[in-house]
Amino acid sequence: MNDIAAAVALTPASFKSGYKPIWCPGCGDFSVLSSITKALAKVAVPPEQVAIVSGIGCSSRIPAYTSCYGFHGVHGRALAAATGLKVARPDMTVLVTGGDGDGYSIGGNHFLHACRRNVDLTYIVMDNHVYGMTKGQASPTTEPDWDNKLSPGGTGIRAFHPLVIALASGANFVARAFAGDPNGTADIIAQGIRHPGFSFIEILSPCITFRPEQREWKQAVHPAPVAPTDDPARAARRIMTDDGFNIGVLYAGERNPYPLREGTPKGTPADLEAEFLL
Amino acid sequence: MSPSRKKVAPVAKAKVPDKRVATKAGAPAKAPAKRAAAGNPAAGTPRTVNEFMVLALVMESEAAQRYAEFADAMEMHNNREVAELFRKMAVIESRHATQIMEEMGWEKTPPLPVGMPTWDGFEAPETAPIDEVHYLMQPYHALELALANEQRAERFFARLARVAGTDSVRKAARALQAEEREHVELVKAWMAKVPKPDADWANDPDPPSYTD
Amino acid sequence: MQASTTMQVPPKPPGASASISIALAGSGGSGVMTAGTLLLSAAAKAGLYGLMVRTSGPQIRGGEAAALVRLARIPMDSLDDRFDLLLAIDWQNVNRFADEIPLAAASAMIGDPDEGEPPEVFKASGARYFPRSLKKTAKGIPGSWTNMVALGLAGALAGIAPEALEAAVRDSWKRSDEALKANLAALHAGIAAAAGIDGVPRLPAAKLTGTQRWQISGNEAAGYGAIRGGIRFVAAYPITPATELLEWMAPALAKVGGTLLQAEDELASVNMIIGASYGGVPSLTATAGPGLALMTEGIGLAVSAEVPIVVVDVMRGGPSTGIPAKSEQSDLSFAVSGLSGDAPRLVLAPTSIADCIATTQWAVQLAEATQAPAIVLSDQFMGQSRAIIDRPIDRGFAGKRLTVAADTPDYKRYLDTASGVSPMAIPGTRGVVYTADGLEHSQAGIPSSQSGDHRLQLDKRERKLAGYDYGDFWADIEGRGDAAVLTFGSTTAAVREALARVAAKGLHVRLIALRLLAPAQPERLAAALEGVTRVLVVEQNHGGQLYRYVRAIYDLPGKPASFRRPGPLPLRPGELATAITDWARARAAVGVPS
Repeated sequence: MNDIAAAVALTPASFKSGYKPIWCPGCGDFSVLSSITKALAKVAVPPEQVAIVSGIGCSSRIPAYTSCYGFHGVHGRALAAATGLKVARPDMTVLVTGGDGDGYSIGGNHFLHACRRNVDLTYIVMDNHVYGMTKGQASPTTEPDWDNKLSPGGTGIRAFHPLVIALASGANFVARAFAGDPNGTADIIAQGIRHPGFSFIEILSPCITFRPEQREWKQAVHPAPVAPTDDPARAARRIMTDDGFNIGVLYAGERNPYPLREGTPKGTPADLEAEFLL
Repeated sequence: MSPSRKKVAPVAKAKVPDKRVATKAGAPAKAPAKRAAAGNPAAGTPRTVNEFMVLALVMESEAAQRYAEFADAMEMHNNREVAELFRKMAVIESRHATQIMEEMGWEKTPPLPVGMPTWDGFEAPETAPIDEVHYLMQPYHALELALANEQRAERFFARLARVAGTDSVRKAARALQAEEREHVELVKAWMAKVPKPDADWANDPDPPSYTD
Repeated sequence: MQASTTMQVPPKPPGASASISIALAGSGGSGVMTAGTLLLSAAAKAGLYGLMVRTSGPQIRGGEAAALVRLARIPMDSLDDRFDLLLAIDWQNVNRFADEIPLAAASAMIGDPDEGEPPEVFKASGARYFPRSLKKTAKGIPGSWTNMVALGLAGALAGIAPEALEAAVRDSWKRSDEALKANLAALHAGIAAAAGIDGVPRLPAAKLTGTQRWQISGNEAAGYGAIRGGIRFVAAYPITPATELLEWMAPALAKVGGTLLQAEDELASVNMIIGASYGGVPSLTATAGPGLALMTEGIGLAVSAEVPIVVVDVMRGGPSTGIPAKSEQSDLSFAVSGLSGDAPRLVLAPTSIADCIATTQWAVQLAEATQAPAIVLSDQFMGQSRAIIDRPIDRGFAGKRLTVAADTPDYKRYLDTASGVSPMAIPGTRGVVYTADGLEHSQAGIPSSQSGDHRLQLDKRERKLAGYDYGDFWADIEGRGDAAVLTFGSTTAAVREALARVAAKGLHVRLIALRLLAPAQPERLAAALEGVTRVLVVEQNHGGQLYRYVRAIYDLPGKPASFRRPGPLPLRPGELATAITDWARARAAVGVPS
């Protein structure tokens, strides 16, 4: 598909637009941006054949920092827009990026159905357990007892477990990564892009402004003790006892991806007239 | 400071300066276990000088890139002094990388040898951890960061100088260890010329802003 | 006429009510917002009134920021044409705010010589520059901050007594006593640094009257008004610039026995408040344009099922994601007509930060009384700015629903009545159960596709709003003359000030600031326009939404004209005074090219 010479010339720098991110210094998203560019260089798809679709939030700013085609949509609807793009343009490599608020709260419904539909997309969620852009409310992955202004004393609600939902809903590739490990994360992203169907990668990406205690995540994360499985039942057992800090690919399955249109059309509008003709 | 509101989520509270764990002697994250199996300390280390220099080149390049990212981020947050400092550091590391390439006669970075790198942490020893910056950090903090980076690099080469499998690699490691030692002294001298930060350097009386 | 985006700064008119406008600017960590808030508090303690508007760069922390403060002896709800003083702790990226900090030759600029020269764009105004080593001064007082020096300096130049400045700092202090001492010293050093700076208008000292004063933002005011009106359930989804309203209400509601629940999105929050209100509890949510767009289906449901809800829309730059942290009046069209079907609803708009209290409180009353949804159009300018106001009197608006007693025989939830309001059964009441429905229904509430039922319910839902007696609070009608300016929301204050200026020159123009935008009030407006031959519609949007709306629903005299500009820049009194004068004196009314 790609000119070999061109592919060989792709480096991570080929995928950076040069716009300086406005993220707070220390934000995990800097790493994730770097990992995405490394991953794209690894899979050697030219930037103009990649589209990055995002929602609203700090992490959703990523498309403009890359030199790929970008779509900065509305809050929570990135997966829907990305699905439309991929189904209409199967030749594009489509990545979807966003945060935990965007993806699991307002985007929750679309997340469920994107996993179920299993269209060949790679969904990267930068999870920092908070709504950062609106200055610090609880998100679905926030701990129940985290005190904040909108829910004083904490929400009291159990945190959402995105990997469980993804696996149960039908995603074909489910992984967790850590922003503090840009090379490992780049590997996982590259694997996700290459894997057919819906690839979901949750990246723990600390927000040092509203959750400074997340600096401790780098002590808490650890490589998953077992190899990825293609057996959903085994993956399910594993994820239900997950401590939230296992890094690696949980599940790389063989669920049928959504059938995308192939080849050239065989009929024309004129062929439709027969139905009406008397 | 508004009379009718009390802060709920602590943002830049005193904890911040103390939490920069990696500046203390080598406390690494629990990294992917790429370390040698107990029996053979040389496993996973470069076998030839060529392999070794690729590793060294990667270390310098990664360090340079990270400093450049930091410089950009500081610039975006109006911390001009520290931005300039990081930019200088990026240039210095870039120069080290260029020197290695010239010495080795490489036009571009060769691929990493299989099974490498074997860092202790997630990233190369000379790379500043991404979360150890703060938008209000002062030049002294930036130099502390650089010092920790150079010290980690020195320890990395010191270890290779002991356990690498071949004599030529051990020799090369000793040489780079000595260079890093020089860098450590340079940074220390630099630090002596820079004022120490006040106790309340992380204090920002203003609340965070809305953007989106 | 489309207002231009580059503004000529008009000279300060003589006899204008004395006010002083101060811009405090600086970047990351310099604390200008805090200094601005303290300046406002100090002014209040000195018996003055004031307004503080914030502006900042796109960074969440450490960005360039400016506090725009206007102080006077009377309540201030608008920014002036220019700033008398620009005090910059540093100049990093402050040139970004040049459009928002207009200066003239009579203005003064203070900067720290260690931070370089003022940017060209400010120098070009001709404003006089006074260097003051603010940072060095703070450094010389260990433990003190530069913004305290700036506060003292700005306060002294404004004529605020040192005791008032000190009291403001003390009252807000949360740190150690030594730190307080150091910063009070810095404050006084700043006061001393004012010596030698001339030409900055000083406010005459105001006498402290007995009236209590408040310092409050528009978002807080709306929340407070809602609680006064009886709101006891709020569903919340964060969105700029409404989040603070919801965050304020979280503990406030808990205090008065209410509940706030964070929703997963706006679709959920509007449906949650419908559910709570169906259960008998007055309910509210707050959002901005993109959130309101999501809520439309829900608002339609509230119309059809006749469930009262209040939705506060803190308008921001649109369309779509637009300009989240800036103000605009561009959701009006959407609020008055953006629902499927024939769906009458209440639309209100507070005219100032203080008015956010009464208008939101009134919205609760109206929604409950008419069993309909009410949209309250606030905006970012009011929502996120702070003002000194007199402690507001309680107008007594309170939500009161028409309910039905238990065991009332032959109960019909959607009974046709003269007023159009049908007694509502509150769940838990015996003998009068019903099913609420978004489907069209009979009087008994049974889904129906019959033309008779549809007609009856449509008539009823329209009649209950059109026939309600809204009283005089529906608009602020002021002044005399055969020309009138029509406006709504936060532009009201700037228009009012402009009209005061032109009146001083002998030109009398009426002001009609609409507080109730829907339903239309044809008789009341006709009365307000008695003797008026020309109308100018003023608004802060691109498409002339109010202009098109009033022309559609009202008969207006002559050929109405439009003065409008989209956000993010506020409309200022001087440019309005010029435009109004030109328009009022023109032989032919100026029309808008169609």
